[in-house]
Amino acid sequence: MIRITPPVDNATIKTLKVGDKVLFSGTIYTARDQAHIKLVQDMNPAFDLQGAVLYYVGPTPTRDGQVIGSCGPTSSYRMDELSVPLMERGVKMMIGKGNRSQNFQKEMIKNNAVYLIATGGTGALLASKVKQRKVLMYEELGPEAIYELEVKDFPCFVAYDVHGNTLFKGGTDV
Amino acid sequence: MRKLDVKVIQEAVTKSLIKMNYELEDSFVRKLQIAKNNERSEISKSILTEILENQDIAKKGINPLCQDTGIAVIFAYIGKDLQIQGNLEAGINDGVRNAYEDGYLRKSVVKHPFDRQNTKDNTPAIIHTKLVEGDKLTLKIAAKGAGSENMSRVVMLKPSDGIEGVKKLVKDTIFNAGGRPCPPIIVGIGIGGNLEKSALIAKEAILRDLDDQHSDPIIAKLEDELYKEINELGVGPMGVGGDTTCVGVKINTYPMHIASLPVAINIQCHANRHDEVIL
Repeated sequence: MIRITPPVDNATIKTLKVGDKVLFSGTIYTARDQAHIKLVQDMNPAFDLQGAVLYYVGPTPTRDGQVIGSCGPTSSYRMDELSVPLMERGVKMMIGKGNRSQNFQKEMIKNNAVYLIATGGTGALLASKVKQRKVLMYEELGPEAIYELEVKDFPCFVAYDVHGNTLFKGGTDV
Repeated sequence: MRKLDVKVIQEAVTKSLIKMNYELEDSFVRKLQIAKNNERSEISKSILTEILENQDIAKKGINPLCQDTGIAVIFAYIGKDLQIQGNLEAGINDGVRNAYEDGYLRKSVVKHPFDRQNTKDNTPAIIHTKLVEGDKLTLKIAAKGAGSENMSRVVMLKPSDGIEGVKKLVKDTIFNAGGRPCPPIIVGIGIGGNLEKSALIAKEAILRDLDDQHSDPIIAKLEDELYKEINELGVGPMGVGGDTTCVGVKINTYPMHIASLPVAINIQCHANRHDEVIL
């Protein structure tokens, strides 16, 4: 079990291996399809991309008195191409679910980044790991807006490491 | 002729969609527990443990099982001796709208393929109606997420491809999907009909009781063999490798053209949200 508090540096990236269980505590940023389209064109984002951890999620509405709604990962492959310019600008970790393209994997290694998965379909469990939530950018996108999340012991597994390994069995480029 | 007010249908749809998004069926949870006990690797066991913990938390009714609370799919089997008072389609959509608002469910439907503007109430539902004998209305309802739906497909095989061709297609589809459709999955297969009929009966297949046995012995055997062979692919929970890739394979068939062998594969994720209501 490896504990990580973002921002993430290159030394940490190198130590991670496929199958490692990682518990995140601290700040991570949500971004999925529409937020990626906007973020790649946005040269002055409201957070520092250097060392940032992005989480692919679009939560359910938050009930009164709760921090966040159900918030499990969405499929990562839809963000494959748009991830490349963000990694070039310093994003170090991406959390989602499922296989990604070979091109993504190649670019990820080149940019010293790591791809992790959280367990898909466990949005109620993962919501219990989120301690604070604030809308940071693109509020008009609703559940697709970029949120700053403060998490505690948020559980993930390393799926692609910088040594070229993959956790997945099966799964081809789509 | 028996009469049924559309308001009753609307309320049943709302109640059903909210409940299924927070609570899995006990019989399905037991299958996940068995799967967890059977897994040999630490990581696949740990993923199934998280899935089981998640449903315990969701059951409390605060946050739904999954953030993708789906698009509502409704099969309405209407008894020919039943008179529905009001507009059935509008009633169902009102029921969906209320469920997604009152149940704190995510509105995941966009109106247009390209401008992607959200309809903001998760309508319209996908509604299929069929006339049947009797004076009852049976609703089969599902909240279908996109992760597994996006990995589904329809292929027009040649009749000479036969059973082996169908098996290869199904196994390739599941293997190539990997972790994306959120395994352990349920595989619904429609064989026969034409392009749209195969897809429709595949969707009905994922709504079947997981423990039922197909009445046609050839199809029952194919279901059993595919169940075993899909699990031997080793895709495992969330695609990380393991002993459980699917917890059920259900096949429906329909007569077809002499020149055709349509095969539809519809995948259901482990957040298996569906219900049946008889009114």
